[in-house]
Amino acid sequence: MSTYAADVAALARKDLRLELRARDTLPAMLLFVLATLVVFHFALPAGTGHEPAYGLLWVALVFTALLGLGRAWVPERENAALDGLVLAPCDRSAIWLGKALATLTFLVAAEVVALPAFALFFAPLRGTALAGVALADIGICTVGSLVSAMAASSRTRELILPLLFLPLAIPLIVGGVGSSVSPHGGKYLLFLALYDGVFSILSWASFEYVVTE
Amino acid sequence: MSVAKSLPARAFGAVGLMAAAMVMVFFVAPEDADQGISQKIFYFHVPIALTAYACFGTGAWKALRLLWTREERYDLESYTAVHQGTIFGALTLITGSIWAKASWGIWWTWSSNQLVLFLVLFLFYCAYFMLRFSLEPGPRRARLSAVYAVFGVALIPVSFLAIRLANDFIHPTVFTRHGAQMTHTMFAAFCVSWAALLALAHVMYRIELLGKRIDANLRDLREALTAA
Repeated sequence: MSTYAADVAALARKDLRLELRARDTLPAMLLFVLATLVVFHFALPAGTGHEPAYGLLWVALVFTALLGLGRAWVPERENAALDGLVLAPCDRSAIWLGKALATLTFLVAAEVVALPAFALFFAPLRGTALAGVALADIGICTVGSLVSAMAASSRTRELILPLLFLPLAIPLIVGGVGSSVSPHGGKYLLFLALYDGVFSILSWASFEYVVTE
Repeated sequence: MSVAKSLPARAFGAVGLMAAAMVMVFFVAPEDADQGISQKIFYFHVPIALTAYACFGTGAWKALRLLWTREERYDLESYTAVHQGTIFGALTLITGSIWAKASWGIWWTWSSNQLVLFLVLFLFYCAYFMLRFSLEPGPRRARLSAVYAVFGVALIPVSFLAIRLANDFIHPTVFTRHGAQMTHTMFAAFCVSWAALLALAHVMYRIELLGKRIDANLRDLREALTAA
């Protein structure tokens, strides 16, 4: 088990180091989420109140995550590095978990900027909303890493990723918006935890079939 | 090949059941006091929806079998079942929309959980076809499609729960579908109609599968000929 954790850590560290050197994904995600928030300010008619803004925050977060997920497997695709990883003597699901952790790091980094900006521009965020963001991030990154690996091996790549991912993300949006606006936020947090559990196990179990030849 | 031989008999059986269902629905089951003739679509809409679930479930089961056994034939079977499920899912959306118009005066309502669920599933399974068609044919395509089909069947209960939860903050449920309990004849008509649609789905599945297998065999033969 400890070798499994070490494999996962090594794979995630590789992605973070690549990002530190090339700085491709994270600046793009940061700029995208800020630009989206500004666009939403103009998209909402004046005097609509806080509630629609919370909904739009979740749209912004999911699309920002999509931006990161679209880039997630690019380093592996170039020079067929994924084949090397699959042949490496480690559990295949470690590749997925490492990728999910790296993507989660990028997404959280983007949110560290985006959430205060949202609170500044639109409305304050309460504790359950932040917990909702944290739980939804896990779901987005675990399912997203698997689905983007599927998309990366298809011909249409970036085009097909949102189509594959958005129907799966609808429950996350429901849980996230519910935790932000509903008076019974705890119920939605529970639902998000359930989603994370179900789909993390499914993704963990099925990743091997996605990458092996 | 025994299935192919018995296919005409099965098709006749399905048509016979369908005719029986029509008779039961329009002549035996009493007319709904509240909704009148428009309530008759209930006998098709709900069984079509249940049949769609059965097809998606079959697709996921065949997909699981493919992942377990790596037998190639499950790929076509899973794909065909999902295809049938998508057809019945689209029919559910259409009949549901017609029923909404007849009983509530609007073509679409977000407060009907089942309709919204079918919209989400329809989008999901359309993405399944997009994924399938953008991959090169082969074992890899079979496995990716299988994994996505298995995800679909996990998405059904999770989405259903999500849509139920979303009603709290979007708007409360106003309409209930079953105002009155069904009488015995209504329930019998419902069951016959469901059996007929399941039989129809089964026959359509078999016919499509047969066609796709013949296609694949023909392609193999042609490739063997050009190679030789």
